[in-house]
Amino acid sequence: MLSVWAISRLVAGKDLRVEWRSRVVSNQVVPFAALMMVMFAFALDSDTVLTRVAPGLVWLAAMFSLLVIVQRAFAVETADGALDALRVAGVHGGGIFLGKALALAAQLAVLELILLGAAIVLYNTDLVASGIVLLICTYVAATAGLAFVGTLYGGLAAGARGRETLLPLLMLPVAAPVLIGATRATEAALGTQGATPSDGWPWVGLLALFAVAFGVGGTLAFGSLIDE
Amino acid sequence: MIDLPTSTRFTRALGVATILGLGWLAVFGLLISPDDVVQGSYARLLYVHVPSAWLAYLAFGVTGVASAAYLWPRTRGLQWDRIAGASAEVGVLFMALALVTGSLWGKVTWGTYWTWDSRLTTTAFLFVTYIGYLAVRDLGGSHEQRARRSAVVALLAVLEVPLVHFSVTWWRPLHQSETIERGGLKGLMLFSFFVGMLAFTLLYVWLVMHRQRLITLHDMIDDSGLDRALAERRNEVAP
Repeated sequence: MLSVWAISRLVAGKDLRVEWRSRVVSNQVVPFAALMMVMFAFALDSDTVLTRVAPGLVWLAAMFSLLVIVQRAFAVETADGALDALRVAGVHGGGIFLGKALALAAQLAVLELILLGAAIVLYNTDLVASGIVLLICTYVAATAGLAFVGTLYGGLAAGARGRETLLPLLMLPVAAPVLIGATRATEAALGTQGATPSDGWPWVGLLALFAVAFGVGGTLAFGSLIDE
Repeated sequence: MIDLPTSTRFTRALGVATILGLGWLAVFGLLISPDDVVQGSYARLLYVHVPSAWLAYLAFGVTGVASAAYLWPRTRGLQWDRIAGASAEVGVLFMALALVTGSLWGKVTWGTYWTWDSRLTTTAFLFVTYIGYLAVRDLGGSHEQRARRSAVVALLAVLEVPLVHFSVTWWRPLHQSETIERGGLKGLMLFSFFVGMLAFTLLYVWLVMHRQRLITLHDMIDDSGLDRALAERRNEVAP
């Protein structure tokens, strides 16, 4: 019997290998996210407004891309009944959850870096040296929270009729605290509108709390959610 | 064939009491209670708005408790799932009513339908979350699958709501202070308000009992359909 941690590494490795060979995220989701950043500029149509709202747009684009990645991650599992096969083989549900979340977090982390780069180039945003530590902590905590929520609700919607339309309805309200928290913390880290890094730390605490709550909740609940 | 009513003598009596209560509320709320000093007749929205918001919260609380009771091995039973589902449906209805009356009231008193006040925002999220919960209930599968899946979602909603409320409060710390706590309601207005709370609570209990029985009947029809299909198959094989 493999430990939960060993299972999660195997599942994560498998997911990342699938992505490495199919290149769906890198060839489709990343361009989609970049396109969103350009569309935001069309919609807001003002350089000062764009610089002001850049942190929020980065996280908004990350959340929408997350929806697409989650759907992809579970389409791979349900297409051939792979998820059911894993469960029938007696694989621990919590291990599958952690593994899927780990792979999701890795892909999301790369995507968010690209989005941040796009904000720097397109929205005239600058990194501030004093905010780097805060930015990194925000990035880690928010990515973990989004990956846990995405995996949890992705697994729930997987294998159900109409899952494509159900996932955003279930996931976005739950992920709202991450959007608020990550946006405020990033604003503080980048010094948007005179914010200072010390304003951002309470939000990082909230993000960490969120990640822990949904990490623990998901590990416990995932097995019974995907059982058919 | 199933030929069962969803009403019993108790729910009929409850229904009559509810109608009387709502009639009483209409009379007191619209005719007898005085105009508010500041808001005039608009303040009468209070008698509908506050009870429906309160009942939505009560209903979602009941959904959470019933879902936990379903997941707890010792009390596991589909009746808890049905109560959870019925209560969530009624809760969504009342929350919609609270949001509509609230935004109309906001328009006439604050001059805007919506402000990003923390309580309003949390309420809106709660509304959407339970619409999602109802969608999960409709995903199909066996009754046990539906029950387990939706019970987990209901408990996740219980986890979500404080986080959303907390983050939104932090984001926009403005607050509408409660009129009742401030002691702004007096005499007939306070009395009419309590009539509203009572009538709406009766309405909630009545609706949930009927919905719960209706869901039971739906489940029975599903089961009997399955039994009939199985019997037909057996007959095909038998000769």
